Amino acid sequence: MRPVTMAPMRPVDVAAREEAQPELGEAVFEIQGLTASYGANVAIRDVGLEIYRNVITAVIGPSGCGKSTFIRCLNRMNDEVAGFRHEGRILYHGIDLYGDGVDPVEVRRRIGMVFQKPNPFPKTIYDNVAWAPRVLGLKKELDERVEKALHGAALWDEVKDRLKRSALSLSGGQQQRLCIARAIAIEPEVLLLDEPASALDPIATSSIEELMQELKRDYTLVIVTHNMQQAARVADRTAFFSLEVDDGGRAGVLVEYDETPKIFTAPSDKRTEDYVTGRFG
Amino acid sequence: MEALTLRGDARVRRRRLVNRAAEGAATVAALAAVGVLGIVVWSVAKRGAGELSWGFLTKDLPIPFSPDKGGIAPLLAGSGILVGLAAAMALPLGVGIAVFLEEFASPRVRVPIQLSVDLLNGLPSIIIGVFVFGLLVYGHPQTGWAGSFGLAIVMLPLITRSTQEVLALVPAAQREGALALGASRWRTVLGVILPSALGGIVTGTVLAIARAAGETAPLLFVTSIYGRTIGWNPGHALPNAPVQIFIWSESADPADHQRAWATALVLMLFVLLTSLLARLALARTRRRLG
Repeated sequence: MRPVTMAPMRPVDVAAREEAQPELGEAVFEIQGLTASYGANVAIRDVGLEIYRNVITAVIGPSGCGKSTFIRCLNRMNDEVAGFRHEGRILYHGIDLYGDGVDPVEVRRRIGMVFQKPNPFPKTIYDNVAWAPRVLGLKKELDERVEKALHGAALWDEVKDRLKRSALSLSGGQQQRLCIARAIAIEPEVLLLDEPASALDPIATSSIEELMQELKRDYTLVIVTHNMQQAARVADRTAFFSLEVDDGGRAGVLVEYDETPKIFTAPSDKRTEDYVTGRFG
Repeated sequence: MEALTLRGDARVRRRRLVNRAAEGAATVAALAAVGVLGIVVWSVAKRGAGELSWGFLTKDLPIPFSPDKGGIAPLLAGSGILVGLAAAMALPLGVGIAVFLEEFASPRVRVPIQLSVDLLNGLPSIIIGVFVFGLLVYGHPQTGWAGSFGLAIVMLPLITRSTQEVLALVPAAQREGALALGASRWRTVLGVILPSALGGIVTGTVLAIARAAGETAPLLFVTSIYGRTIGWNPGHALPNAPVQIFIWSESADPADHQRAWATALVLMLFVLLTSLLARLALARTRRRLG
């Protein structure tokens, strides 16, 4: 195992990034009035925002504000949770993800997801990446596909000589990059990352963050993170969620959504400012 | 001020005594479990060990009143076939039920099916015997198939239960990981969940085999009239160990009693050893998944 050391993080200098903002392309997701609840508990209320192609969008906010619920709505992973209900619409290229005749399996094939804790299958490294292509019938030139995915996740050089070894023999950071390779092996359009680095040490974290910048060229990325610095470092746009308490109970709401430098240097909402300056959360 | 004493008065001493007595009684009860097993093993071994020999394990059943003592090879072969066929019937069905209950069933469907499986587990085996007799044998000749069918009913809830247990141990993250890759539920079960649970399923099946190997009642009416040589065809009644133990122990010939004890010893050793090994393997699977 690699020793856990405090790696020198790249300094957060969001102002310097201001000129590098890309032109906003096509909206991949248009979320309109999304309210999601588990049983009687409302997790997020009336969220509306657009997510753009080939852009890294970060979702930040204090714990319990519904960040994960939100991102899990985008590929219908919440369907697996008993008691989940939603109102509002999530349009993916104009098609309602929850509309009639939409197959969640087909949705997840196009919108991949990487989870908080690395969850490689207890199979070989090769089989982890090849599993989904095989299931989806993409068996032609499988070796090339696996290699390409591992290159894409910046893992190839580390594992090319031990593809037949168990994925569980990898370190945590490598396992997480393997999960990213596994997700991009079926060439989705969107990659959802639910706190992908929260279980990793700083070195592995920075390698994941660098990787995200690479992936942005080919994929649209949405990352949930509780780590503000991480959002400031990697994201082009940032959505700040907060927890609102009223007589109807507690629910997560979208407070502000804008270009990352704006959120961190000139937020227009007092709650955002309090959060990014560390006054709460 | 009174001098401090920590010795306790009469009431405290009484409580201590009651506590000791309760602890002692519970310990005795626990030891009784070990004791009963020990007595059974010891008494069967003492009476049966003398008869054991290579010939006893490999020869055909004895001809009555012949000087050749014979052996129990047909019983071992027959029991093996019966239990093997039963496992072949119960394994896919049991795993299927477990997969349905753990992976697919909504709570409303799950409860009654789970209850049925548990009730099936508690069903007296003599009732299974009578049921299979009425269903498959009454009006027809006895067959090994009927016997395996009865044993399969005994094994089914055991395999279902043990498979459910290991399926529940497979981490939810594995399921989510597979579903997030655009795999259907069934592909997730087949490609990710069952392979993880395989070790547990195999050992659960071995435990069920050990249990079924000693079941007498399901066989008593359906495969109890057989020849004295090895039979391979389950279309006919097959010689088997539990029923033969029963027949020999009812016999007037003291030599048959000896044979019954020796056969019982062989059966017991098989059951004890397989259960023990299966349990060890299961513990290993649990550790790996947990």
